[in-house]
Amino acid sequence: MLNFILKRLGLAFLVALTVSFISFSLLFLSGDPAIALAGEGATDQDVVAIRELYGFDRPMLVQYASWLVNALSGDFGESYYFKLPVSSLIADRLSVTMLLGLCGISFALLTAVPLGVIAAIRPNSIIDRFALFLSVAGQAMPSFWFGLILIVAFSIKLRWLPPSGTDSWRHFIMPTVVLGYYAMPAIMRLTRAGMLDVLSSDYIRTARAKGASEMRVMFKHALRNAIIPVVSLAAVQMGFMLGGSIVVESIFALHGAGYLAWESISRNDLPTVQALILVFSMFYITFTFLADVLNAWLDPRMRSS
Amino acid sequence: MSQNNFRQDIPLLSIDNLTIDIPTAAGTLHAVRGISFDLKRGETLCIVGESGSGKSLTSLALMGLLGKNITPRADKMEFDGVELTTASARTMRNLRGARMSMIFQEPMTSLNPAYTIGDQLMEALTLHGSTNRKKARARAIELLEKVGITAAESRLSQYPHQLSGGLRQRVMIAMALMCEPELIIADEPTTALDVTIQAQILRLLAELQREMNMAMILITHDLGVVARVADKVAVMYAGELVETGPVDEIFAAPSHPYTRGLLRCIPLPGKTKRGSVLGTIPGIVPSLVGEVNGCTFRTRCEHASPACRGTIPLHTSPTGTHTFRCIHQPEDLETDAVQSTGANA
Amino acid sequence: MTLAPSTNSVDPLLQDIVGPTPGQQLRRRFFGHRGLMIGASVVAVLLVIALLAPVIAPHDPYAQDLLARMKPPVFLGGTWEHILGTDHLGRDYLSRLIYGARVSLLIGFVAALISGTIGTAMGVAAGYFGGRTDAVVTFLINVRLAMPVVLVALAVVAILGGSLQVVIGVLGLLLWDRFAVVMRASTLQVRGREYVSAAQAVGASTPRILLSEIMPNILNNLIVVITLEMAHAILLEATLSFLGLGVQPPTPSWGLMVSEGKNMMLFEPWLVLIPGAVLFVLVLAINLMGDGLRDVTAPENRS
Ligand SMILES: Nc1ncnc2c1ncn2[C@@H]1O[C@H](COP(=O)(O)OP(=O)(O)O)[C@@H](O)[C@H]1O
Ligand SMILES: [Mg+2]
Repeated sequence: MLNFILKRLGLAFLVALTVSFISFSLLFLSGDPAIALAGEGATDQDVVAIRELYGFDRPMLVQYASWLVNALSGDFGESYYFKLPVSSLIADRLSVTMLLGLCGISFALLTAVPLGVIAAIRPNSIIDRFALFLSVAGQAMPSFWFGLILIVAFSIKLRWLPPSGTDSWRHFIMPTVVLGYYAMPAIMRLTRAGMLDVLSSDYIRTARAKGASEMRVMFKHALRNAIIPVVSLAAVQMGFMLGGSIVVESIFALHGAGYLAWESISRNDLPTVQALILVFSMFYITFTFLADVLNAWLDPRMRSS
Repeated sequence: MSQNNFRQDIPLLSIDNLTIDIPTAAGTLHAVRGISFDLKRGETLCIVGESGSGKSLTSLALMGLLGKNITPRADKMEFDGVELTTASARTMRNLRGARMSMIFQEPMTSLNPAYTIGDQLMEALTLHGSTNRKKARARAIELLEKVGITAAESRLSQYPHQLSGGLRQRVMIAMALMCEPELIIADEPTTALDVTIQAQILRLLAELQREMNMAMILITHDLGVVARVADKVAVMYAGELVETGPVDEIFAAPSHPYTRGLLRCIPLPGKTKRGSVLGTIPGIVPSLVGEVNGCTFRTRCEHASPACRGTIPLHTSPTGTHTFRCIHQPEDLETDAVQSTGANA
Repeated sequence: MTLAPSTNSVDPLLQDIVGPTPGQQLRRRFFGHRGLMIGASVVAVLLVIALLAPVIAPHDPYAQDLLARMKPPVFLGGTWEHILGTDHLGRDYLSRLIYGARVSLLIGFVAALISGTIGTAMGVAAGYFGGRTDAVVTFLINVRLAMPVVLVALAVVAILGGSLQVVIGVLGLLLWDRFAVVMRASTLQVRGREYVSAAQAVGASTPRILLSEIMPNILNNLIVVITLEMAHAILLEATLSFLGLGVQPPTPSWGLMVSEGKNMMLFEPWLVLIPGAVLFVLVLAINLMGDGLRDVTAPENRS
C-alpha cells in the first residue's frame, strides 16, 4: 500500500511538472511575448524595454526555471491587467470556486447515486427510464445554455432566484445545479452498472441465504462494493468540474477563479492565465491522487497488498 | 419433549409436485417438473444428475432464492409445517440462515470481498437475534475450529482474498452452521476445489451433519460419496425426478435406465482399467422450452419405444420407499441390462 | 468421476442464437436499436440541411436589415417572411441556424478526425508495443487529462485569434485522450489473439500487422469514439464561441448566436432558446448514435 502511494505520488509529481512546462510555454505561442505585451503602436524601444524588464531575452528554459522556482514559493508574477500579484488575485477568488465545486459534486452524488441504485434494483422500471433519460440528456446539454434556461425560468419568469452574484446561498443554487448536472450522467451510469454487476454476484446470494433483508443486501453488501469505482470517478469529475467552472461562473457572474480566468484570457493577461491553468491542473492531479489512495483503501484486496 | 418426539416422526421437509417454469426469450423453460420427496430430521438426501438437470434450481426454490422473475409452484413445499410457497418474505428470511442454510458451488466468489471473514460469520448470527458481538465472535471462532481451520482467531480479521478456495469453502460451511440449522443444503460444494481437498470437505460435511443431527441435501457428482453418506438418493434428469429411494436399494437395484447408465459410469476398484474412458450415455437432452411430454430420457434410452411419448407410470416398490418413472417394469429391464452390461464390457 | 458430458444439456438461449448468420444478426440489431435509428436519422437530416444550406436557407445569413431587428418567430406572432424571426442585426434567424449547422458539423468532424488520428496512433502504439512506449503514452494521457480543456482552448484561441481553422486545430489537438485510452485497451485485447501471433510467426512486418490485423479488429471501437468525440467537439466549439473566444462574428455559430441573444434574453428568450435547442438536439442525436453503435457492435458489453 505504501509502495503504491509512493509510486502514485511520483507520477503525480511528474505530471504536475509537465503541465507546468506546457502552461509556461503558452506565453511563447504568440511568437514574441514582448511585442504582444507592448501592444499595438509601441515603439521598438518600448518592446526592448519590456523584453528586458520581464527577462524575455533570456533562453526559454532559464525563464521557465525561474518562473517555476517563483511559482513554487507562491509567486506567479504580477498580473498585466490588474497590476496585482497573481497569487493574491487567485487566492481571493479560489474560495468561491471551491465552494461551487463542492456544492456541484455533492449535488451530483446525491442525485446520481440514489438514481443509479434504484435503476439497478428495478431495471427497465419507470425510474430506470427516467434516470437513463436524465443521463442521456445531461451528456448532450450545453451547460451555458442550461444555465441561461434556468435564469430565464427561475429568475426572469418566476423571480424565485437571483440571476447572478455570490451574496447568499440562494445565489449558488442554479450554478450548483448546472455544474452538478455536468458530472451526474457519468456517475449515475457507473453506479447503475456497478450495482447491476454486484447484484448478480455470488456473495449477494450468500447474503440472502443468511437471511439478510433486502435493504441490508442492497446497502451493506451491494453498494459497499459498487461504490468503490464511483468514488474515484467522483474525484475525477470534481477535477473536471473546477476546470469547467469558467463557463458557469461567467454565466452567473460568480466572481471565482473561473471568472478570473475568463477575464484574464479576454484581456491577454498571460501570467494570470498561466497560473490558473497550473492551479486547476494541480487540483485535478491532487483529486485523482486522493481518489486512487481512497480507492485502494476501500478495496481490501489493494489495501493489504 | 413429547412434542419433539412426535416431530421426529413427521418429515422435516416435505415436497410434493414442485414445478419451476422460467420465462425466456424463446418461450417458457420447464426447468423443473413435478418433483416430490420427503426428508426427515437427521437424514441425508443425495441428489444426482448431470448438469442442467435442475438440481440447483430445486435447492434454490427451497431456500426461496430463485430470481425475481421465477416463481416456483408446488402442491406442497413444507418445512417443519411452514408452507414455503406462500410464506411471506419475512418468514422466509427468518428461516434462511437460521433453520435452513445453503452452501454453494463457488467458494471463490461466494464471500463478500469488502468484509472480513469475522464480520461475515458474525453477521449470520446477529441477523437472527443474537446481538452480542462478544458471543458472536466466540461462536465464530468455535465454528472455524470445528471446520478444521487453524489459528481461527486470527482468521477473523482476514479478508476472503487472503484465503485459498478450500479454506473459503470451510468458512462458508462454518457460516452456514452458525445458527445450528435443522436443514443444510450443499450444492456441489466441492466441484470448484482441488481433488485432494474435495474428499476432506465432503468428509467434514458428513461428520458435522451427524454431530449436529441436521438433515442434509447434498448435490454431488461423486457416486462414491453418495454410497458412503446418503440415506436416500434422488436421481434427476432434465428437470424430473426419475428415481428415488433408499441408497441401498438404488445401488442394489437401479431401476430407471438413466440410473443404470449412471451407475455403470462408476469406475470400480480393480475392475476398471487405468486410463480407460468413463462410460457416458450418448444422445441429446431434449429442449425443455415449450411443451414437454412423455419420458425426456427416450432420446438416449436403449429401451425406448413409441410408448415413451405417452404418459409414464410411476412404479413404487413393495416397501413404498423406492419409486421410479418408466413405462417398463423393472423385470423387463433386467434382461436387457445384463445384455447391455455384457455388450459394454 | 464425471457423469455424461455437459454438451448434452440444452441451453435455451443458445438455440435462439444458432439461427441467423452473424451478418443477419448485426443488421437485425442495427435496425432494431431504437436509439441508434433515431440518432442516425436526426444526424442524417441535419447533415443534408448543412450540405444544402445555400439551397434551403430562405435568406442570406449575413444580410443585415436594421429596420427588421428582433422580429419574433412565426409561432410567437411573427411573419412567414422570417419563420424563426431575426436577430439584433435583423439577420434571418433560420438562415443563420442552417448555416450554423455547417459550422458545427464541419468543426466536429474535422476536429474528431485530427484528434482521432493522434489518439489512435498513440493508443495503438502503446497497446501493441507495451513497455516503455506504453508508459510514455499513459503518462501523456495523464498530462492531457490534468489540463483543463476549456481553459487551455480559450487561452490558445485568445492568443492565436479566433478563426475556424484555429478552433478546429485547438480542439483536434486537445481531444485525443479518449481515443488513446480506448484504442490502447482495444489493441491490448486484440494483440493476444491467435491471428496476430500467427502473423508474427510468419514474419509479417510490424506496420503490416498493425494495419491488416490490428486495425480492422479495433475499427468498431474507433467509430464509436469518433462519434462521441465529434459530439464533444461540437459542444466545446459552441462553449468557446459562447464565451466569445471561438468562432468570431459574423460567422453563424450556434454558440455565438446564444451569446448574442443573451443580452436580449430578458425580453426575447427565444433568441437563446432556439439555437441552444438545436445544438442540444444535434449533440443528443450524435450521442445516441454513438451509444447505439457501441451496443450493436459489442453485444457482450451491453449493460
Ligand atoms: N435464471 C435462469 N434463467 C434461465 N434459465 C435458467 C436459469 N437458471 C437455470 N436455468 C436453466 O435451468 C436448467 C437447470 O439449471 P440448474 O438447476 O442450475 O441445473 P444443475 O444445477 O442441475 O446443473 C438449465 O438448463 C439452466 O440453463
Ligand atoms: Mg448446479
